[in-house]
Amino acid sequence: MSPTTPLTAAELEDRMDRYLDPALSSRRTAARPAADLAGFSAAEQGFVLHWGAVIAKDNAELAYQFTAFAPRAMGLMDLDAVQSWLLYAMDLYDKKGQLPAIRALQEVAEFASNQQEKLAGRALEDCVGVLERFVCGLNGRPLKLAAGDRHYTDTEQCLLPPVIGRLPDPEANFRLYKAMVVHQWAQNWYGTWRGGVLLEAVATRGLTGAGLGLFHALEQVRLDACIARDFPGLQRDMAALRHVLDRGAEGRAPDWSAVTAALADPAAGVADSLNLTARLHGRRPDTCCYRGALDPDAVRACLESRVALERDLFRIALARLVEDQDGRPPGAEQPEALTLPETAARLGAQRRADPDSPTGLRFELLLDGKPVAPPDDVRSVMESILQDHGEIPPEYLVAAGPGLYRRAAADAGRDPDAVWAGTYHEEGAFLYDEWDHERRHHRKGWCVLREHAVPPASLDCYHRTLAKHRGLIKSIRRTFEVLRGEERIARRQPHGEDVDLDALVDAYADCRAGLEQTDRLFTRLHRDERNIAVLFMVDMSGSTKGWINDAERESLILLAEALHTLGDRFAIYGFSGWTRKRCECYPVKRFAEPYDDSAKARICGIAPRDYTRMGAPIRHLTKLLRAQDARTRLLITLSDGKPDDYDHQYRGVYGIEDTRAALFEARRDGIHPFCITIDEQGADYLPHMYGPANYAVIADVGKLPLKVSDIYRKLTS
Amino acid sequence: MQHQLRVIKPEDYFILDEPYYEPVGDEIAVFEAAYHHGLPILLKGPTGCGKTRFMEHMAWRLKRPLITVSCHDDLTSSDLVGRFLVKGGETIWVDGPLARAVRAGGICYLDEIVEARKDTTVVIHPLADDRRCLPMEKVGELLEAPTEFCLAISYNPGYQSVLKDLKQSTRQRFVALEFDYPGAALEQRIVEKESGIASGAARQLVKFAHMTRNLKGQGLDEGASTRLLVHAAKLMVAGVAPVVACKSAVAQALTDDPDMLTAINELSGSLF
Repeated sequence: MSPTTPLTAAELEDRMDRYLDPALSSRRTAARPAADLAGFSAAEQGFVLHWGAVIAKDNAELAYQFTAFAPRAMGLMDLDAVQSWLLYAMDLYDKKGQLPAIRALQEVAEFASNQQEKLAGRALEDCVGVLERFVCGLNGRPLKLAAGDRHYTDTEQCLLPPVIGRLPDPEANFRLYKAMVVHQWAQNWYGTWRGGVLLEAVATRGLTGAGLGLFHALEQVRLDACIARDFPGLQRDMAALRHVLDRGAEGRAPDWSAVTAALADPAAGVADSLNLTARLHGRRPDTCCYRGALDPDAVRACLESRVALERDLFRIALARLVEDQDGRPPGAEQPEALTLPETAARLGAQRRADPDSPTGLRFELLLDGKPVAPPDDVRSVMESILQDHGEIPPEYLVAAGPGLYRRAAADAGRDPDAVWAGTYHEEGAFLYDEWDHERRHHRKGWCVLREHAVPPASLDCYHRTLAKHRGLIKSIRRTFEVLRGEERIARRQPHGEDVDLDALVDAYADCRAGLEQTDRLFTRLHRDERNIAVLFMVDMSGSTKGWINDAERESLILLAEALHTLGDRFAIYGFSGWTRKRCECYPVKRFAEPYDDSAKARICGIAPRDYTRMGAPIRHLTKLLRAQDARTRLLITLSDGKPDDYDHQYRGVYGIEDTRAALFEARRDGIHPFCITIDEQGADYLPHMYGPANYAVIADVGKLPLKVSDIYRKLTS
Repeated sequence: MQHQLRVIKPEDYFILDEPYYEPVGDEIAVFEAAYHHGLPILLKGPTGCGKTRFMEHMAWRLKRPLITVSCHDDLTSSDLVGRFLVKGGETIWVDGPLARAVRAGGICYLDEIVEARKDTTVVIHPLADDRRCLPMEKVGELLEAPTEFCLAISYNPGYQSVLKDLKQSTRQRFVALEFDYPGAALEQRIVEKESGIASGAARQLVKFAHMTRNLKGQGLDEGASTRLLVHAAKLMVAGVAPVVACKSAVAQALTDDPDMLTAINELSGSLF
């Protein structure tokens, strides 16, 4: 049968049965999807069968839904759009689970109609980096941006629609995003929530629903006026957006701008907006494309936790200032006290006009009547307090007692090892993408990686290794010393410190013989500086247990000695993992740490753990290595086998392809990866992963310590 | 009339017209006091905040020639002290800029001293303490500095790597003056004076600089310096649109990261 001939319904059903088996039953067969698909071309059929099989590896039900809806999708969209529909659903599955993904597949018609909009639209994901930096530049408290169903802020986070396609081109849609973010930022910066005035009105005057909507519209007039004064460019953009999107909006009364004119006054505050809300009760506000909503409950919750936290931080900072002044920690005699009321009289805050500050105001901390300069971290806490309250509340001005100190320390030290003891969450971890070769796409934020400390072991192992390889160490040191950046004198240079007499004699002779005299008459001291940063990534998977692990440790000790001689910057990280939710890196020696006894003890403490999920650690270590300012950056992996994990998916081709993609990303960042393995089958897959000349297979584990230094020397000279 | 370009020897480089400089604190008084007591001076501060301009101003005030050496990682001690050259079959000694400054009683300003090789920095040690002399090993002489001679070095503590930190033995010989970007009002005046821009636009430029300085540590190594603002202002005076001027003179000078560039351009766009 020629591949261009479409399959019949029966043939299709047979193929579908194979991959959909777990999702089928006597009541649900593949007959209907197969019949639907029979009318399509061979290429289209192939597309559905291919992706159906790919999805089935993750979830058979999802594969069934895809197969069932694919004919409709292909009727509505071209194949590229169908693929993005499918990948959108798969991303949802990765992030939120099966149900939302199935819903996304079922809503194919809606997706197709939005597709045009999406082509012109901007996804938040693509512009969040720019927007976050933009807001950070505007100043104020950092505002996190995230996708949400509604558009509002809780004063720390700003929620935005995941995609905007209201305007015909992506550039304009980005401007709408920007306007939305700026409006939310302005609520923080120009004091919509400051001092709790609004929250109180919501609680006591029952400002909800339509009333809150009216208030928001009025407050927006005030904020827009503030923005117009400070950021004329922004105001122009925002006005242009309203001109396009809010034209002919119903309810826009002709006298709206006259009624609200008072709010444009520079002295107007949130209280004025509230008063006007009461006066205009019952009136319908105009619409605005970037206004979003107000969520007083979210703000209250956020404010409560932040206020308490910042008050404590501020008081602790004050205690530090008092300690600096007195030369001893305050309140030592009352170890349980949370605050020290006796310090309140000594502390004060003074408001000063300051033309250099954006708000025109500055608060100065006074201790014993004298102004003190708070350190930077305290200043940012102070600024945040000022944003919330508009002043430093008098009750804040008291130094923390030892009790509060202790409690804060206990709260702050969230231990990465404790994460798994309690409820499952991904806080404080690094998220990395993973390459899925079947989807030919990255799974976004798929792997959760944490750094764990290596428990240091006794130095016995270190001394034993030194004793065992005494002769070897000497020769390694000698060979490495030769490599060390030495000064040498370059002769016959056009410029240099000294005259090269040999060259001068020759030149003189040339000159006498009637030849041209060379200008290369000087010697120059030339130093070959080694500018190398190398990171060793050590396999700590369970399979290294026993003599492999011993050999790894011995190699690292020998190598570390050699590198120490050489003066190359180096770091050692162990890695291990157990499924994508638990990738682990073990810093044995970071770049900034000296090679001292504690680092040696940690090398001795390297012990086998779980599996070898390599992609995420490579991406993490690539990030660390990228931060090193060196001409040559090397990532050397010591491993005993191919990538592997507890889940079967990672084992085999998937893991190899993900590792290969991670290494490719590393190379793109200017890092040279190299692999040293003791896996005899290594030659089968390593050329594919690392490239033909970038690996070494060592047959005899006992030779590993000798070979590793040897390979390193060859690599870097 | 054809304009005659001045060709002068470094030790004859007297600054005749007063270079524009706005004192931020008492740096002029400290410099003068140190100068009159033969103490060497260390200027620290971020790039483009006015260190070099300050040196020019002081050279003008003190009426001494200013000899500037921009240090780089291949700068050897003979680049500073001097060397033998070959001329017509004979070797002749040629003074380096440091020796010239000592002979002429000028101000020798070693810009970005940490960039120089470590073995180079030590040759200034005898000049920088109470000996005040420059040993010239190759000719076997010791050059004693006159009272008018002054040694000044600068470095930027911000961006250099730990490998390029200034040695304690060097830094502890100097009187240190710290420089930072001036306050908003002063910075605005500087931008106006240097470029002739209108005060409203200068205020917006300074505000823009503060926005970029907010981004320091969030993806930018340094915020926009006063020098960059002056560049942007000059472009604007020449008729370039403000947003374009900020983009060419500031944003592109600060970063290559596309996201960051877009963000900085948006920031300037929000002000003009």
